[in-house]
Amino acid sequence: MTRATWLGSVFLVVSTVLIVGPFLWILMTSFKFQIDIYQGNWIFEPTLSNYEDVLFSRRSKFTSVLWNSMVVATVSTTIVLVVGTLAAYSLHRFRWSPWISRGLLAWMLFFHMIPVMTLVGPWYLIFREIGLYNSYTGLIVTHVTINLPMTVWLMMAFFREIPREIEEAAQMDGCRRIQAFLYVVLPLVVPGLIASGVLAFIFSWNEFAIALNLTSRATATVPVGVARFAQDYEIQHAQMAAASVVATIPAVLIMFFGQRFVVRGLTLGSVK
Amino acid sequence: MRSRAGEFLDRTFPTWSLAPAAIIFIVLSVYPILNLLHMSVSTFRTVDGVDRATFDPLANLRFFATDPVLKAAIVNTLIFVAVSVAIELLIGLALAIQVARLRRGKGLIRTLMILPILVPPVAIGSMWKLILNYDFGVLNQGLALVGLGPVNWLGDQTLALVSVIIVDVWHWVPFIFLILFAAVEGLPVDVMEAAKIDGATDRQVTWHVMLPLLKPAISVAFIFRAILAFKAFDEVFLLTGGGPGTSSELISLHLYKIFFVQNNVGYGAMLSITMILMVVAFLLVARQATASGAGDRP
Repeated sequence: MTRATWLGSVFLVVSTVLIVGPFLWILMTSFKFQIDIYQGNWIFEPTLSNYEDVLFSRRSKFTSVLWNSMVVATVSTTIVLVVGTLAAYSLHRFRWSPWISRGLLAWMLFFHMIPVMTLVGPWYLIFREIGLYNSYTGLIVTHVTINLPMTVWLMMAFFREIPREIEEAAQMDGCRRIQAFLYVVLPLVVPGLIASGVLAFIFSWNEFAIALNLTSRATATVPVGVARFAQDYEIQHAQMAAASVVATIPAVLIMFFGQRFVVRGLTLGSVK
Repeated sequence: MRSRAGEFLDRTFPTWSLAPAAIIFIVLSVYPILNLLHMSVSTFRTVDGVDRATFDPLANLRFFATDPVLKAAIVNTLIFVAVSVAIELLIGLALAIQVARLRRGKGLIRTLMILPILVPPVAIGSMWKLILNYDFGVLNQGLALVGLGPVNWLGDQTLALVSVIIVDVWHWVPFIFLILFAAVEGLPVDVMEAAKIDGATDRQVTWHVMLPLLKPAISVAFIFRAILAFKAFDEVFLLTGGGPGTSSELISLHLYKIFFVQNNVGYGAMLSITMILMVVAFLLVARQATASGAGDRP
């Protein structure tokens, strides 16, 4: 019994260190001069030069890349929240023929499961045809599409938890359907909106396969920017570490402010 | 909202609330898949700057049969999915059970565990590219401390796939942990108490009471994770790019190269459809397996 608990604690401590360690090591690396990285020094004089290089040097396009990701993630999250929440409410509340409701939900689930890479090709060809290749619009539309299934399923789970009587009472009192939705139902699912919004933003911010193939230098997003430091002519290790740290910041912020909602979203979304 | 327009909007609310989502899906997922079907039976030639498709399914099938990389990609993907998901389930389950036993600190561990899931996979790839570096990576430094020589994690034929699996395990154990931790916390306490009162040891309670109760959650975690693993692209793209040679080539990486590097649209479409069918086949088998598993229980 005591030996088992002791082993258990060791296992826990080791796992936690292993999960957090790599982040700390990269954070440390991002403050090292190139020479300290190559010599593997643990004691070194910290420098901000890598961040300066990544963010402000004229060669680096990282600020524009950050801006692109900000625009794409914000706009696509807003659209997916509006479209997805309306669709979830409609499917939950109104009598759709099962062909439509079940069909759409099943298709969304299926779409969520198939590899994105299989669709990037046709998207690329279609967008090139209609002039959306290399545009914010093209990227935003695809990000809305990949995040819709999760948003709809998640919001439906939240709508289900609201007793129908509340809405019916509002309608009895003379509310229109839309008013009952906007003023009575919507405020009750704010936690769901936050969870879906946070997850959609993060997924859009992190998305790589689509951005890699549908953007060029002018419209590239953060993951493509990070990959550049690891790919162009030579690997720029110091800058790569700094860029990884910058790319990680949204995740850290979300973890501190929205994790309550995110955990609920992740578990609700994956179990249901 | 009292206007006639308001009335109209209200009456048609059910329709227009669903329409945008339905339209987006038809345009961006149904149409592209139909498009893939068409492309997979066509050969493309550029005539006067315009791509022209001619019906020629045999050409793509020939590529399919003679592609030397495809076999390696399929084998690597199967090994990658099977090994990494198995390890992740074992560690994730053990962690979930251990953390659930803690009196305090549960919240802290859960908070730390979310981080790897939310960080851009590309950043994870680049982090581990530094950690696994042959000359100055911290892993080799650690090995040197205990007197083991430097290991060429990413540059060695046999080790490249192992390295990719190590990174994947680090990245996704937290995901399994979160799902199973929620399940463990939701277990009926009285059942386990009753087993203990009947004289069962801790280990017996874990094996014969907890695990059977956790089976549904474990199979959900397994199916989700296996499908995610099958799609893996970002980390591998940065870590090894499929190399050295084809030793860590995965299907998604191969598809990317065929479509976007070699510009072979027809064969790329055929590969895409093969990938989609593999997911469908997996889902059917998994559904069958979990359904019969559920029937076993009294």
